[in-house]
Amino acid sequence: MKQILRNIFHSPRFVVGFVIFCIVLLLSFYPMVSIFTPMEIVGSGFHAPGTYVNIKSTIQSRSEELKYVGAAGLSNQFTAEELGKMQEWLVKYGGIDQAVVDEAAENDNAFLELWLSTYSDDVQYKATQAYKREMQKYNKQILRITATDSLEIGEGDSTITVKSNQFVNVKNISNRVTLPLGTDNFGADVLTKLTSAIGVSLKMGVMAGAIATAIGLTIGLLAGFLGGWVDNTLTFFTNLFTVIPSFVILVLIANSISQAGRSPAMVSLIIGITAWPWTARSVRSQVISLRNRDHVNLSKLSGHSTARIIVQDVLPYILSYVIMALILQIGSGILGEAQLSMLGLGPSTTTTATLGLMMNWANTFSAAQNGQWWAFVPVVLAITLISYSMNLMNTGLDQVFNPQLRD
Amino acid sequence: MSEVRERKDYTNGPLCLSGRGVTRIFGHGEKANVAVDHVDFDFHEGEFVSIVGESGSGKTTLSKMLLGLLPISEGEILFQGKVRDISTRAKKAEYWKGIQAIFQDPFASYNIFHKIDSVLLDCINMRGGKNLPYEKKVEMMTEACSFVNLKFAELTNKYPFELSGGQMQRLMIARIFLLKPKILLADEPTSMVDACSRATILDMLLNLRDEIGMTIIFITHDIGLAYYISDTVYIMEHGKFVEYGKADEVILNPKAPYTKRLISDVPKIHEEWDLSTVELTDDY
Ligand SMILES: Nc1ncnc2c1ncn2[C@@H]1O[C@H](COP(=O)(O)OP(=O)(O)O)[C@@H](O)[C@H]1O
Ligand SMILES: [Mg+2]
Repeated sequence: MKQILRNIFHSPRFVVGFVIFCIVLLLSFYPMVSIFTPMEIVGSGFHAPGTYVNIKSTIQSRSEELKYVGAAGLSNQFTAEELGKMQEWLVKYGGIDQAVVDEAAENDNAFLELWLSTYSDDVQYKATQAYKREMQKYNKQILRITATDSLEIGEGDSTITVKSNQFVNVKNISNRVTLPLGTDNFGADVLTKLTSAIGVSLKMGVMAGAIATAIGLTIGLLAGFLGGWVDNTLTFFTNLFTVIPSFVILVLIANSISQAGRSPAMVSLIIGITAWPWTARSVRSQVISLRNRDHVNLSKLSGHSTARIIVQDVLPYILSYVIMALILQIGSGILGEAQLSMLGLGPSTTTTATLGLMMNWANTFSAAQNGQWWAFVPVVLAITLISYSMNLMNTGLDQVFNPQLRD
Repeated sequence: MSEVRERKDYTNGPLCLSGRGVTRIFGHGEKANVAVDHVDFDFHEGEFVSIVGESGSGKTTLSKMLLGLLPISEGEILFQGKVRDISTRAKKAEYWKGIQAIFQDPFASYNIFHKIDSVLLDCINMRGGKNLPYEKKVEMMTEACSFVNLKFAELTNKYPFELSGGQMQRLMIARIFLLKPKILLADEPTSMVDACSRATILDMLLNLRDEIGMTIIFITHDIGLAYYISDTVYIMEHGKFVEYGKADEVILNPKAPYTKRLISDVPKIHEEWDLSTVELTDDY
């Protein structure tokens, strides 16, 4: 046993898969430490990833005046060369007469006005990226200089004036919210929701995989070991389930169960009872190769019951195989949930999120079209990582177990 | 080993296992393969019978049918004079108290996940010793192991893979010693063990016969070995018995061409046989 475990953990594929899986599994504990609950509405609709500060807290924080805006006019802020480049832009791309530009250049305010009314980062013009970036930089600098207006907030006695050169040290703002993955269409924190969905989807995958493996294992063992009419009947049903694409059955069952009845557990059950045929088929063929082995014959000669022989003399020999099949079934259970949910047949619940549902929501609210990548890229990544890690573990186990199976 | 065995005539005792037209066909239609083809035989109590034939001649198939592990396509088997009935599990269990086997490959005969004690304990349980105190069971297992020159104390709590092939096969004989069946089917029991264990195993089989009066059906492809140890030989070719009779008569005066060919393949067949020549000339 110890030896087998050591062999398994010497297989690089298994170890990589296992580590990825553990990381994903660890992530699923994030909701326990997150300040939000998975479904909590944090914002209004999509917000990009970032750290958000409360405006009020900003104003209430101790402010300091930073005097970076010089009083000495534009010449203090820009070199003559830089000013020349800006004038050149106004003529070349801004469509302003050389004479007008020259005249405006005499007066700081006139020049600023002309620049601000002509230039915008959104103006389309043909020039090198470097040139465009340079212009953007100048523009930013000008915007800073011009933003000297103060803002009056409040009414009556409580009015305060916020000057544009008043700054607050970010550390001193008490009310800060970091949304590493932004918010989704419901305004929920994507990271918390995603990690909780990973947990739910893993549970659903394990449940679906366990159900599929249990059914497949039982049918495969009975069909393979007993043979005869039992085998024929069970193989008939296995083939029936194989010929009708399981996805069609899945959709039909999921459709016939009312919206309210489709809890995560019910959906896992639906996936589980449609995913067993291939496990049954491969277990059956393994058992057939075992049932004529001499240790099975000897067990029969020792008067052991069929049930005992199946459990003690056949099952242990295919256990490693069954574990591998279970891992694959868990992986495909998670994918199955995602597929069903994408079609709108997944668990219908407003209290839990699953990876598939998150994909479905992102799709329904056109996150992809609007460039709200944070609403679906991390979900896709999570699904990919889970199935990739499962496949790696499986091939790793295969490498360890197969030489033994063949001897 | 070299002491001359007293050759009692076991070939006229009461019948314990007979077959009439026993046939086994694998597959059907075009691909039908008649592995055992209408064979008749009569094995007597205490008789040492060898079934000799080349690989693929149907020996193992016949032995599986005799053991009740493989259904018979045609014909019938008589056990102790009556038509064998193994239709239910209880009847099968009863039948297997009377007939047991040692298989060709000792490495495949054990459940690799069970300690070897369990093999011997199963035998004690099968003989109704389930409720014996553990000390008594250990005593019985120790006796069985010493019968095959093994020390139970060294084997207990070990897994099969910790034993050599020869030790495993001897433990199989210890199992038979505990079960004391009427009939033992040994399907090439020496072909996969080292030369040293081979002689010991043959000797033990003869001891089982002499001490317990067990009928031994010994399956081999080595006609020289069969001549040395058996009372009766059945020569099997393509699923049929082409010749049978007392070992001396068949091998010293073969009639079937197949028997003659088998004999000509073995050097020194007409010389005096002892086990040392068996060891030297065997070509397992
Ligand atoms: N389970 C089986 N299914 C199909 N054919 C078999 C099976 N077992 C044995 N045979 C065939 O029966 C014939 C006899 O085999 P076997 O009894 O193993 O011969 P032997 O033991 O004399 O070497 C062979 O042709 C073999 O291919
Ligand atoms: Mg054979």
